[in-house]
Amino acid sequence: MEETRSRELKLLAQKIRLETLKIIASRGNGHIGGSMSIADALAVLYGEVLNVDPKDPLKKDRDWCVLSKGHAGPAMYAALGLKGYFPIEEAYTLNDYRSHFPSHTDRSLTRGVDLTTGSLGQGISEAAGAALGNKMQGIKSYVYVFVGDGEADEGQVWEAAQFAAHYKLDHLIALIDENGRQLDGSCDEVMSHGRGIAAKFDAFGWNVIEVKDGNDVDEICDALLLAKKQEGPSAVILHTVKGKGVTYVEKTGAHSSKPSKEEWAEMLKEAKEKLAAMEGSL
Amino acid sequence: MMYRLSEKHEKDLRPCCDGYADALLEMMKENDKVIHIDCDLMGCIDVGKVKAVFPDRVLNAGIAEANAIGVAAGMAATGMIPFVHSFGVFASRRAFDQAYLSAGYSRWPVHVIGSDPGVTAAFNGATHMPFEDAGLYLDIPNATVIDPCDYNEAFSLSRKLLNEKYVTYMRLIRRDHIQVYEDGSEFEIGKGILLKEGTDVTIIASGILVYNALVAAEKLEAMGISASLIDMHTWKPLDEDLLLKDVAKTGAVVTAENHQVSCGLGSAVANVLIRKLPVPQEFIGNQGRFGQCGPQADLEREYHMTADDIAAAALRAIDRKG
Repeated sequence: MEETRSRELKLLAQKIRLETLKIIASRGNGHIGGSMSIADALAVLYGEVLNVDPKDPLKKDRDWCVLSKGHAGPAMYAALGLKGYFPIEEAYTLNDYRSHFPSHTDRSLTRGVDLTTGSLGQGISEAAGAALGNKMQGIKSYVYVFVGDGEADEGQVWEAAQFAAHYKLDHLIALIDENGRQLDGSCDEVMSHGRGIAAKFDAFGWNVIEVKDGNDVDEICDALLLAKKQEGPSAVILHTVKGKGVTYVEKTGAHSSKPSKEEWAEMLKEAKEKLAAMEGSL
Repeated sequence: MMYRLSEKHEKDLRPCCDGYADALLEMMKENDKVIHIDCDLMGCIDVGKVKAVFPDRVLNAGIAEANAIGVAAGMAATGMIPFVHSFGVFASRRAFDQAYLSAGYSRWPVHVIGSDPGVTAAFNGATHMPFEDAGLYLDIPNATVIDPCDYNEAFSLSRKLLNEKYVTYMRLIRRDHIQVYEDGSEFEIGKGILLKEGTDVTIIASGILVYNALVAAEKLEAMGISASLIDMHTWKPLDEDLLLKDVAKTGAVVTAENHQVSCGLGSAVANVLIRKLPVPQEFIGNQGRFGQCGPQADLEREYHMTADDIAAAALRAIDRKG
């Protein structure tokens, strides 16, 4: 990718990180880990890949972005807010009474959210349905769906996987956030994935594209462009770090965090400093 | 709303499920967004004939009901109008979280068809015998729930589902059934049918028990008891106006359903009456038991759903008026 573009996407990813923290900080606790691991992929999607229009969120030929791992909602809100779907400050109401920003993405509440998720495993089926519905109507949209590695414990993920392969949904691209951790510990301890998630998707008839550093915008971008050229559905396996970029969360790899006031201050300071350093180098 | 009661009440030679399949064919002809997704049970409800005409719009999701409903929700999100079918047990219990969240809470019009309600599952037995399917869907806040009694009602109501904005659930009798209505009858979702007007007791029935209730009403008539009979094909939204108007005259109620009474038509009716017009109510239906194998007629006796059971319940309800 062009150097400048690459730097811009890295900058966007850092902005997403900072805004995600601010959104979760408005509540005081939340899913920081799994939001940070996908910040770079969200930056690539909203900064480069997606055909979307914040002024016309439901336009027929838009690309779709579905968060099957719905608990990473704050990262999605950061990306949407920065893209211009709504003033980002509106999202500093995470999980408040009557807020339009629940921690799990909800299409009825938030502008720019395509499908409602939160019950793990359901988003990938919904995304497959959207891809098929578009295909039947001759709409060329791509449907991107984030699936967590912990989420892949759910049987429904694999029901959806066989369905998508059977119907050759080449406009369905799953981004597998393989951060290696789930609520009760590492995925290997809690529920291991046999020969691996990549092998599973391969066995189900998907194209599998491994991204060695799933927090690297250039690698992600290349993988998504490659995925778009494939026949049949593609799984882009993002080898990520849970809590990426936030030292406090990276250390524990926690699914949900409740930092102290001091820890929040430290996290926000770190994110702001990183952003300032990147802006300075542009 | 135009309906005509069949005078003969004979076995309908058409399978009841053809009411849905024939309606589906018409809907597909009229609206290119209509699709049917099945879970490897197309052969059981005769949608093969629809697939022959619209091969690309009758899809199989395989034996994976949860995914089928999720896929349907995603398709609805793109503007398609999906109908999804499986046996009632799987279309409800097996995929309930998907029906609740991916369809219901997400506010997509996904039309779920659950076949073989209650004792009509007959020889397929306990594992395939849904007595709580409609009850689960009643608990989805924006759902519409219907329980047609014959081919003609299934045909008409299937077509009306197209106008519903949110998730719907239809119980679909598959096998032999008695023809209750004449061909060409039209029904409206949410509008019960007052089949007979009486003064002593109101019988409220749906599905296969509409016919049994008709016979019960005749038996009561012979005993000098005047019974009203309502075909309450829509459980939700319940036709409260019709219910309250009739019960105000009779002061006693029998509900008759091929379902658990704890979470079905009887409890939906009681929920209204206890607040607005408390009267003695008797409940015909499954009283908290699992299903089992057997001929449908034997099972109707086993779960006390026969015309005699309904008539006896009517006498009890009248007796309790004091």
